[in-house]
Amino acid sequence: MDGEPLVRWPWIGSHLAYLSSLTADHAVIALVPVAVALALAVPLGLACTRFPRLYQPLAAVFNVVYALPSLAVFVVLIPYTGLAEMATVMIPLTFYAVAVLLPTTVDGLRTVPDPVRQAATAMGYGPWHRLAAVELPAALPFLVAGLRVAAVSSISLAAVGALIGRGGLGYLFIDGFQRTFPTPIVAGIVLVVLLALAVDLLLVLAGRLLAPWATRGGAR
Amino acid sequence: MNWLAWINDFLADPAHHAGPDSIAVRVSEHLAFTAQALFWAALPAVPLGLLIGYTGRGVVAVTALTGIARALPTLGLVTLAVLLVGVGELSVLVPLVALAAPPLLVAAAEGVRSTDPEVRDAARGIGLSHPQTLLRVCLPTALPTLLAGLRTATVQVIATATIAAYAGLGGLGRYVVDGLATRNFATTLGGALLVVLLAVAAQLLFAVLIRAAEPPGTGAARTPTGRTDRSTRTHHEELI
Repeated sequence: MDGEPLVRWPWIGSHLAYLSSLTADHAVIALVPVAVALALAVPLGLACTRFPRLYQPLAAVFNVVYALPSLAVFVVLIPYTGLAEMATVMIPLTFYAVAVLLPTTVDGLRTVPDPVRQAATAMGYGPWHRLAAVELPAALPFLVAGLRVAAVSSISLAAVGALIGRGGLGYLFIDGFQRTFPTPIVAGIVLVVLLALAVDLLLVLAGRLLAPWATRGGAR
Repeated sequence: MNWLAWINDFLADPAHHAGPDSIAVRVSEHLAFTAQALFWAALPAVPLGLLIGYTGRGVVAVTALTGIARALPTLGLVTLAVLLVGVGELSVLVPLVALAAPPLLVAAAEGVRSTDPEVRDAARGIGLSHPQTLLRVCLPTALPTLLAGLRTATVQVIATATIAAYAGLGGLGRYVVDGLATRNFATTLGGALLVVLLAVAAQLLFAVLIRAAEPPGTGAARTPTGRTDRSTRTHHEELI
């Protein structure tokens, strides 16, 4: 390490294509699970509001899931999904994202006051119409808040996948560490944070566009 | 692909019963890292969070900073720290503190902010000073939220301390990393399961603590049916 600068700019300059392909990989590994989790959490959340008894046990299960260490889960999955396979990293990330999104979805759906629900029914809205026009829009700011947390932590966690051979930008940490060469590590940290901030910003903007009435979604 | 056989192998290995690679030693190393990281994170984060929550100042800055902190990849911080300061406790503690501090800061601030303003006014009205109001009125109200933040931090640190082994340190991550390196799956799985058990035990411990910390008549809102409504609280916790 003596005399080795924290960042060697020429290395970054000559590896731009490499860095951007790792970033793209990282975005896929981290964000596809969040999208899948959204597709799972919304119907699950709906089921929980229709059948309230379902929520406590489901919430308890996902609370435990959230406590599972990512590296440990990746490793436990290896015999089923294989070392260095995308699925080995993406399956656990999906579960973590559901653990964040399920409570926020349920909270969002529960914010619709009963009189509002009844008014919609009185105006002739069927259950599906009411869901699309009243309940989901009400849940939207909550969903966006949950998505922001889920996406940012997923991007940060995905890097750990590099320890089992898949992790996009996480590979830079292993590479730099093994070669005692800090430049890739610094580049990796900066790119992970930038990717997370960019996705976070996109989600905030999407939230403002889809739910311009919400004052809540942007605050966190 | 027989899990039970692997776990059996792991438990039967005499090296895991006594000596430096024994389960007892690895668990205590893991817990020692966790406790130190939480201590050094809480030392600045909790008082600062209480102050921010009480004064309402700096909330925007804190929100932005915690967003960035949440995105920081711990594996990157550990590897960088080892290259910069060498293998040692410090190079693992710094990233773990960076991981634990933001949820503690946010929880302390959110907890104090959730104190009913009328209660705060009443406390001031009966002659309590600002520090007294903060410590005697707001802090007890904030305690369940603060503990929820501490739970998030603890679980994350227990889970992430596994990575420390990659940088040549002890703890349960040793089993995971050494097992991966030698393709000894029994060792890896054993280490992973022990970390999971520790994390779940911490969750349960905090569930009990949080329940005990609910101040009578303030903490959990009661629904008209008389059932305790915890939905808003869980939502809060997830976002911490």
